[in-house]
Amino acid sequence: MTLSMVRPGERVRIREIKGGRGLIGRLATMGIYPGVEIEVVSNLPGPLILNRGGVRLGLGRGMAHRIFV
Amino acid sequence: MNDTNTANSMKIALAGNPNSGKTTVFNHLTGGRQHVGNWPGVTVEKKEGICTHNSHHITVVDLPGIYSLTAYSLDERIARDFLVREKPDAVVAVIDASNLERNLYLVTQLLELGSKVIIDLNMMDMVKSKGIEIDTGKLSAVLGTPIVETVAHKGEGMDELKEAIAKAQTERSDFFTIDYDHDIEAEIKKLQDTLTLPGYPSRWAAVKLLEGDAEVLNAVEDTEIVPLVLESQTKLERHLGYDLETALVERRYAFLSGLVKESTRRKLDLMERLDLSDRIDQILLNRFLGIPVFLAMMWLVFQLVFTLGAPLADWIDAFMGWLAKGVSSGIQGVRGPQWLSSLLSDGIIGGVGSVLVFLPNIMLLFLGIAILEASGYMARAAFVMDRLMHALGLHGKSFIPMLLGFGCNIPGIMATRTLESEKDRILTIMVNPLMSCSARLPIYILFAGAFFPHNQGIVIFSLYLLGIILAVIVARVFKGIFFKGEVAPLIMELPPYRLPTVKGALVLMWERSVLFLRKAGTIIFLGVVLIWCLAFLPFGVEYASQQSLIGKLGSVFAPLLKPAGFGFWQAGVALSFGILAKEVVVGTLGTLYGVEEIGLTGVIQTQFTPLSAYAFMVMALVYIPCLAAIATIKRETNWRWTGLAVGYSLVLGWGLAVLIYQIGAFLMTLM
Repeated sequence: MTLSMVRPGERVRIREIKGGRGLIGRLATMGIYPGVEIEVVSNLPGPLILNRGGVRLGLGRGMAHRIFV
Repeated sequence: MNDTNTANSMKIALAGNPNSGKTTVFNHLTGGRQHVGNWPGVTVEKKEGICTHNSHHITVVDLPGIYSLTAYSLDERIARDFLVREKPDAVVAVIDASNLERNLYLVTQLLELGSKVIIDLNMMDMVKSKGIEIDTGKLSAVLGTPIVETVAHKGEGMDELKEAIAKAQTERSDFFTIDYDHDIEAEIKKLQDTLTLPGYPSRWAAVKLLEGDAEVLNAVEDTEIVPLVLESQTKLERHLGYDLETALVERRYAFLSGLVKESTRRKLDLMERLDLSDRIDQILLNRFLGIPVFLAMMWLVFQLVFTLGAPLADWIDAFMGWLAKGVSSGIQGVRGPQWLSSLLSDGIIGGVGSVLVFLPNIMLLFLGIAILEASGYMARAAFVMDRLMHALGLHGKSFIPMLLGFGCNIPGIMATRTLESEKDRILTIMVNPLMSCSARLPIYILFAGAFFPHNQGIVIFSLYLLGIILAVIVARVFKGIFFKGEVAPLIMELPPYRLPTVKGALVLMWERSVLFLRKAGTIIFLGVVLIWCLAFLPFGVEYASQQSLIGKLGSVFAPLLKPAGFGFWQAGVALSFGILAKEVVVGTLGTLYGVEEIGLTGVIQTQFTPLSAYAFMVMALVYIPCLAAIATIKRETNWRWTGLAVGYSLVLGWGLAVLIYQIGAFLMTLM
């Protein structure tokens, strides 16, 4: 399923990111890439809040649709 | 000791992730007072300062925050270009120690580049309060770099840092490499052997080429290397099953997560420290509460500005009146010339004074923005507004530049550099002048106070809101015309909330207020003197009458403004000189009407109606960016966009003022 469908509080492992080179690279330098485990802190309409190793990241919903977990 | 200068002078750079405290470290090292905020992207330009330690003369360059050496936005490119091309003697990597893994990522890139790195583990107090212990000895040994622990906002560890920098000059550093598995390593080796790129370390260049870094690719002169790179990429990607850039990033993180695991120990269970930040976010970023809370925050700031500011402004106003009287009777007492008395009391005190009256309001506005910035709420505001901004065709991150525009459009325009997409950046620049900056506040306060004394707050709030709505519409229209396509995705760090320090907020407020004062002393001063001269000349005419030069000039514009309800020459003069700086609108009226007994408020009450006053305020909000803003837009874009920004705002401002006046007048005939 996609990251946008994950319920808050759940921890998931990222499997695949669909997108162009720029998008994937950008996410990777922020620490979001296949194999990484993240927690979805909040998932309401609008952007999601993720917890990656204690850091809070705001992620646009459009992007979350393209991240498969 | 008679060392030569060159042996003791060095140039170092501060690099680090956004929001890791580089600017605070910079200020401590150089004694400078750069602006510090709690949102990613405060430093959008590189800044230089000097630090002396014992006999060492160190030039310190503060770079914009970066996550890696692959540049995705303009500010990241500035930082990277400096590090790669200018090769400072050493790089101090300022690291948020409470977020080691992600921050060390940049360090590995710096080390791969062959920079001489000193790690500054900053925010050690946060680390300790989170119950984390860091084994700096182990970190230092693995990475081969000196490490200094600091708490920059309290100034702790700064002497040790200076000492480490001074020592770095004589120390040799080993070449650090990350092992990328043998498949990738084989390709790196192959490229490294065929590659000749003067100025870049060959391994670094080879890795960057494999990552598909466009700039390094362009720097390669030997065209035969390009197909070689492509061949390596496709070969590796076929092996890996996914793209190479991700694979390289992954290897670096794999190395780091091992390193971090080995060199840190948590004393508390992760579950136990459910961050206070998260709980605050649950309320502030709540689906239903998010936007109302944001509006309430803004409302609170406005209340602070007006209720607290009004009595203070009255004192200054009274003082200016007393001063003008004193000066003019003083000059008459010594039989000084009439013109001098008029210049001082009508021109300078009347003009500059009428602008200075608003200093308390402006200081309070800056204080409000400073508190929002330092607390970490600013980044949340971008987050909260993302959904709304998306619906309107803009990016959530565009919101921070817009919000800064409420203080002054110039930092607002500069802050667009943090936007990754060029389209978003230009759109945000184009609409930024519609954010009602503090220079327009004096106009609103004067007019709203004179015509809507009981609803002053609401009237002024409506103007700010109008500015936002217009910005949204204009952005939407421009996007449709110039930039079809989708919005760049949002990803941003939400820094933990921090309690702003009183000193920090006051310093920030003061720095920005000083800019206002300096403007009052220079451009506004010159503006009102010029206006006074034009109002006094030619000799013999009555001061500030329609026969004076300025009266004639204003009369040219007056017919144009008639449909908007303020077709008299003083308004034309005020608006045309307002291009110098928006405060000059009030300054001009102060100079021209300064002679009257009933005071400025009294005079405009005879000239305007509530309806035409509102139309005038709308015109003043929209009609043109001030000169400094125009120059900044030019610097950040090109003449074409600058021309468009000036053109559309003139048309829109005039059109709206006319529309408001005509519709209002029509409705009144019905009543």
